[in-house]
Amino acid sequence: MSRDHVLHRVRTALGRGVGQEPPPAPPARIRIPEVEMEARVAGLLAGVAALAGKTHRAATPEDARQYVAEAIAGKTAVASNAPYLAECGIASLPGVRTGVTGKDELRELCATCDVGITSADYGLADTGTLVMLSSPREARMVSLLPPMHIAVLPRERILTGLDELFSLLPHPAEQTSSMVLITGPSRTADIEQILVRGVHGPGQITIVVVG
Amino acid sequence: MSVQFDQKIHETLSNANLQLAVYTATGRLKDKRIETVAASVLPDYQELRTQANALKKHTLDNLDYYLEQFERNVEAHGGKVVFCKDGTEVADFVLSLAKQKQAHLIVKSKSMTTEELDLNERLEHHQLEAVETDLGEYIMQLAHQRPYHIVAPALHLTRFDVAEVFTRKLGVPEETVIEKQTMIARAKLREKFLAADIGISGANFLVADSGAVVLVENEGNARLTTSAPRIHIAVAGIEKTIPRAQDLATFLKLLGRSGTGQPLTVYTSFLSGPRREGEIDGPEEFYVALVDNGRTKLLADREKRQSLYCIRCGACLNTCPVYRKIGGHAFPWVYSGPIGAIITPQFMGTMHEPALPFASSLCGACAEVCPVKIDIPKVLLELRSEVKKTETREKLNRWEKLGFQIFAWLMRHPRLYEMAGKMASAVAPSDNGGWIRTAPGLMDLAPPMRAWLSQRDLPPPPAKSFRQMWRER
Amino acid sequence: MGKRVSLFVTCIVDQLFPKVGIAMADVLERAGWSVDFPEAQTCCGQPAFNSGYRQEARAVARHFLDVFRDAEHIVVPSGSCASMVSHHYAELFHKDPETLERVHALEPRVWEFSKFLLEVAQVDDVGARLEDVVTYHDSCHALRELGIKTGPRRLLSHVRGLELREMTPAEECCGFGGTFSVKFAELSGAMARTKIDAILRTGANTVVGVDSSCLMQIQGALSRAGSTVRTLHLAEVLASR
Repeated sequence: MSRDHVLHRVRTALGRGVGQEPPPAPPARIRIPEVEMEARVAGLLAGVAALAGKTHRAATPEDARQYVAEAIAGKTAVASNAPYLAECGIASLPGVRTGVTGKDELRELCATCDVGITSADYGLADTGTLVMLSSPREARMVSLLPPMHIAVLPRERILTGLDELFSLLPHPAEQTSSMVLITGPSRTADIEQILVRGVHGPGQITIVVVG
Repeated sequence: MSVQFDQKIHETLSNANLQLAVYTATGRLKDKRIETVAASVLPDYQELRTQANALKKHTLDNLDYYLEQFERNVEAHGGKVVFCKDGTEVADFVLSLAKQKQAHLIVKSKSMTTEELDLNERLEHHQLEAVETDLGEYIMQLAHQRPYHIVAPALHLTRFDVAEVFTRKLGVPEETVIEKQTMIARAKLREKFLAADIGISGANFLVADSGAVVLVENEGNARLTTSAPRIHIAVAGIEKTIPRAQDLATFLKLLGRSGTGQPLTVYTSFLSGPRREGEIDGPEEFYVALVDNGRTKLLADREKRQSLYCIRCGACLNTCPVYRKIGGHAFPWVYSGPIGAIITPQFMGTMHEPALPFASSLCGACAEVCPVKIDIPKVLLELRSEVKKTETREKLNRWEKLGFQIFAWLMRHPRLYEMAGKMASAVAPSDNGGWIRTAPGLMDLAPPMRAWLSQRDLPPPPAKSFRQMWRER
Repeated sequence: MGKRVSLFVTCIVDQLFPKVGIAMADVLERAGWSVDFPEAQTCCGQPAFNSGYRQEARAVARHFLDVFRDAEHIVVPSGSCASMVSHHYAELFHKDPETLERVHALEPRVWEFSKFLLEVAQVDDVGARLEDVVTYHDSCHALRELGIKTGPRRLLSHVRGLELREMTPAEECCGFGGTFSVKFAELSGAMARTKIDAILRTGANTVVGVDSSCLMQIQGALSRAGSTVRTLHLAEVLASR
């Protein structure tokens, strides 16, 4: 609509010409700390727990499967199509709906199920964060609509923090239309500054780290 | 100052409950910020601020380049950029798109920019329902009020206020338990999310090298707004641009901590374009409305351009002793607090509320906590000078100008200054305003005196000035 | 190289709190410095600058530059006045290269009193004695523009018989802000009352600070509230024997 008009105003305000190259930008500041795997796992779990999330350290995929089975007992659950969930045998747990590729069907499921089960592309140890990229394997709604979210990931995917994430993935837009960093359960303190969980997103979040 | 400004300040100051709410809420946020940026917790806090400032400076100094890069990358990922001069153009764009796509229901996530543009009001007249989905904003929309604080829109309301609004506007039976109120809103809004045709969000950052929009939130309503409807429109001021995705490693470390004392907010969404081939859900169409609305005016002023670095964290509000006393609604425009005080005169003209840049003791606490190092006091001082230049030109406030001319003249003539001092001392009441106070007419001649005495006592005038004592030493 | 300082007492001390200036002179002399008082001094121009009257502020600033042209060290019992000269004169004269040069030549010679004692005179114990329980108010300009925080506390720690209690919250503006105190009187008063609440909670008898303008605001609020808590400038405490 007003593209040329606005850009012209910007250039005039700055005294810059059309197509003028800018000087080099300050280099991006990326500082990746050296953190041992165990400490990373501990950091992620502690971070999640500090935000009232639940955590479980599973020695094996079988152990993870067992834990999730108990967690979803008596509840309806939908799982994403993440291969890791299949590897762990979680996708094939009785009562878990998975393998859905139709948007409307998946939305309907997510809107009615008690639990959404996903994997995660990465974990961030310093903030207790899950990193989830939207893909054919991981739909957006599974970690968003159901009131409870369980994420299962192998420990190798746990990074130290944002710096390492953006170092590994400097161009997330090349991979996906949506990368979401999830740090704890949905919350608000909009009324009298009193904390309430689960206002729109899941009010309960559980992270299972395998290995 | 305008009668309204004076009145609104007075109203807040005389409302003890409101005072307590504002002071306590901001105090909590202030303290949490301090905890999460402490040297033991975030040792490179100061370096990050320096980097953030440098990045914003570089981007804004070369904004056209980055806007074009952003546009190219949005389009490369299947999205579309729409440049808008002002609120009318944004509304026109939304309306024509809604018409074209036969859309009737819009959900909105929190966006100060859309507040600034009065977008909801503009859309209201066209049979388009636009529902605010952030809990605080939802409540404010129902109550027909402006947000009270950049980050905590309903800071000034009690659960009883909320109960009243919900009953009146939603027809639900009275509910004063906060958790239950939240669940009422959740249920009502969930219906809207899943039925909406268009989701309108703001953007905390526009990432030029990715054509991506970054949104931070705690509730999940921004994720729903931008994932459930088939169309996503992000409305953002052009100044939200940053060069690279990697720069988020700097900005994200500062934003949550500065605003609410959270190392990261619950959800950070990095969204570029409509859903990709194979992705199961996400919008089918993705638009970014890049808004000027006067920002190019601020951009043109080298000294005050830094006002555009703001990442809308709210730290300056939480730390400002003035905001903490007068709250958000006393401010004349949508943006309140120290940042509001510097951008309002620049957007609206200094004469919109000439007293605004003076409503500060220049304590500098805001500049100390600003993650992007905006020198707010410096800009306030510049604006003060501009106000006085305009007033002088338009022959307003002539007594004050004369007063300062006399001040300057006296201060350049030490002997006259000394004489004036002696004279004042001779007539100065020694008993805290004494005879001046009892002569009401006289008090009107000395408004500063009356103003001072309305709040506190005066020091007893000394028998001799320093220079007299020095000579006798 | 004689140890000389020139006093810039500030207009508020000259006219309203002269004992502060005398105390400062006493302390400096005891520390072995000879003190002069250029009589032609008046004001740094801050009231005009803060009120938006830059032309008038420049006129006053030029006078200051003339008066103190040859001073080796200029010592000021005020953080805000010292920083007006050392931090804001450059802004006032940024379009006047000749005067700007004079400003830059002067900037490193302007010292707030406590900074002068610690960094130039290099003393932290001036042999003072004062039996009292005090709390310290961090004046905003001193704190944020000049980095004055630990210095005065260090000086107070050597005052015999003195107990220092910190107020919480610390670092909050007293609400003076120059003409702000009268332009926004009710607001300024509200800020002052919050400040004195914090002061009274410490149980201290005396509030100490490095800026007489803050102390005037605080004292005014204290006495209006019926409190007997008094205010003293740091110089007055350090001059006590």
